[in-house]
Amino acid sequence: MISIEALTKQYGAMRVVDEVSMSIESGSITVIVGTSGSGKSTLLRMINRLVEPTSGRVLIDGNDTASMPAHLLRRRIGYAIQSNGLFPHRTVAENIATVPRLLGWEKARIAARVEELLRVFQLDPVACGSKFPHQLSGGEQQRVGVARALAAEPALLLMDEPFGALDPVIRSKAQDDLLDIQRRFGTTIVLVTHDMDEAFRLGDRVAVMRQGRVLQHDRPGVLLTRPADPFVTRLSGTADRALKLLSLTTAGELAEPGPRESRTVAAGASLREVLSDLIWSGAEAATVLNPDGTSAGRVSLARLLAHGRQS
Amino acid sequence: MSLRRLPALDPLGTLLSAVGVVALVFLPFVVFKANRIVPGEARALLEFLPAWAALSFVLVLALVALVAVGVSNARVRLAFALAGVIAVASAVAAAGNALTPPGNQVIRISPGAGFWLLLIGLGLLATDAVTRMRPGPGMRVLLLVLSVLAAGLAIASGAFDHLSIMREYAVNSDRFAREARRHLLLAFGSLAAAVVVALPLGILCHRIPRIRAGVLGVLNLIQTIPSIALFGILMAPLGALAAAVPWAADLGIRGIGAAPAVVALFLYSLLPVVANTVVGLARVSPAAVDAARGMGLTRGQILAHIELPLALPVILTGIRIVLVQNIGLVTVAALIGGGGFGAFVFQGIGQTAMDLVLLGAIPIVMLAFSSALLLDALVDLMNRAAR
Repeated sequence: MISIEALTKQYGAMRVVDEVSMSIESGSITVIVGTSGSGKSTLLRMINRLVEPTSGRVLIDGNDTASMPAHLLRRRIGYAIQSNGLFPHRTVAENIATVPRLLGWEKARIAARVEELLRVFQLDPVACGSKFPHQLSGGEQQRVGVARALAAEPALLLMDEPFGALDPVIRSKAQDDLLDIQRRFGTTIVLVTHDMDEAFRLGDRVAVMRQGRVLQHDRPGVLLTRPADPFVTRLSGTADRALKLLSLTTAGELAEPGPRESRTVAAGASLREVLSDLIWSGAEAATVLNPDGTSAGRVSLARLLAHGRQS
Repeated sequence: MSLRRLPALDPLGTLLSAVGVVALVFLPFVVFKANRIVPGEARALLEFLPAWAALSFVLVLALVALVAVGVSNARVRLAFALAGVIAVASAVAAAGNALTPPGNQVIRISPGAGFWLLLIGLGLLATDAVTRMRPGPGMRVLLLVLSVLAAGLAIASGAFDHLSIMREYAVNSDRFAREARRHLLLAFGSLAAAVVVALPLGILCHRIPRIRAGVLGVLNLIQTIPSIALFGILMAPLGALAAAVPWAADLGIRGIGAAPAVVALFLYSLLPVVANTVVGLARVSPAAVDAARGMGLTRGQILAHIELPLALPVILTGIRIVLVQNIGLVTVAALIGGGGFGAFVFQGIGQTAMDLVLLGAIPIVMLAFSSALLLDALVDLMNRAAR
């Protein structure tokens, strides 16, 4: 658990971050979203003290981050950035091994960890490990950047616009991969983005920042249905907010008992996808199938529409 | 009837061949002097070569010219250029042996303007051929070592001993070794001192942008002072220092000699190294440095493991500039008693003995060329390792 208490950063007369307080649950993904200049990156960088706060403090599991040397603190926290920041003169394996080496891990342990991470990130350990970053594609470089951030098994991972430089197709894949990896390692993730869709897709909680303040910090559904500020509404967009709301829930979560339908959807599909499927096929309802093929119940068009209604 | 298309003429080869023809026809290949300071008179090929040898010599050069003009294969061009060098060197060695009466130590047989032009032209042809072969850094160094070895063996064999430059060498052989050591010591010593100071200064300029303009401005100013003027400027304070502080004088610090030379060369060396360190560090990706900080590298670790390795090729380029510059500038240091090959050059000028000037000048050119090539290879190697 991370507690941010009245955290402030002031440059001259400018308050870039203005008395922000929030708590972040362990094992969750928190997305800080805002326009450029909102202070979101500064807030993130104060967590690992790349920026020293003017006032306020950050507690990780009850320990004040100011109580230890900044570089030792950072070795315990993963850090991944937009342009991936890979070291061009080091191989992929050496890049990933950076923090474990700093921590003085044994060679065999480092090698095993590097290999494990390369596999997890779908990179060939033999072919890829000895390559230099410039020999990889943009998507591969980005994955190596995240793998490097996770190398020393940090409990907390900070990500500053990690997918900003990727094209839409690769970005979507990278987001899915991040969700998988978060489930696998149980890492607490704090991620900064300016892309509200990305925030809704990844965040268990989303914090909307503007002019150094957090306007609202809540579950994505609450941001859509009960925005605390007109700016939150504007940032989420009003044109497709019903569809956005539907995309936050899976078919499995909404399924109710009922007769078997000829149309079937996967339990993991979002309600948005189910709605699209029903419109396309002209069916009134669909049966929700668990991954093992058993029925989880049914979802009807009427129930879908009711779920997307503001209430 | 079929028209055969002429192969395209090689521009450099054509130019060099034209120069070669002019050198061979109009300029003296060797010059005969009754003693070392009188003006000489030209000697024609047939005066020192038997007819068959003179004919084959001209034939070889004609073949080289044909290849230079019409053949594009780099290996063939290199082979013929080297054959030309061997022919020219053999001819001049033969001239020395043929024109020197036995036992005569007074007359001088000097390579003439024609010889030098031919040698330079063939050298350019060979270097151009090597460049076209795009050899890797290791290969380039190997070629350099082989050329130096070949030249060294040819000279050691005694084939050229009757030529004027070797005569001057024979008279000055003890001094030659001493001045060579002195020349290297001055050039490399001032470079080493400059790197020790300039590298931290460059890092400081990178870290503290406020001082950058000031430091680079002052170093730029130093760079614009002509070398002779700087030697002069340094004489007074160093002389005063030696007079006031006895142990400084004991260390060899004096108004003239090596001390002002080293100080001046050191000052000249600062700007290229500082400027290239600043540029090299600025070129390092800010994202890599940010990521390194974010992962918990200390400032020292970032400098040692990320910034300096990534800036090294640019810094080495600066060191290369300084080394070549210093090897040239040390020559001028001889004017204030600093020693080095410049001592032969200025002594030769004073005595109007051109052979003595060449005895100093040729090693300086060779030294500068070799250092540039070695450091270029090193920079290339770095750039290949870290892109």
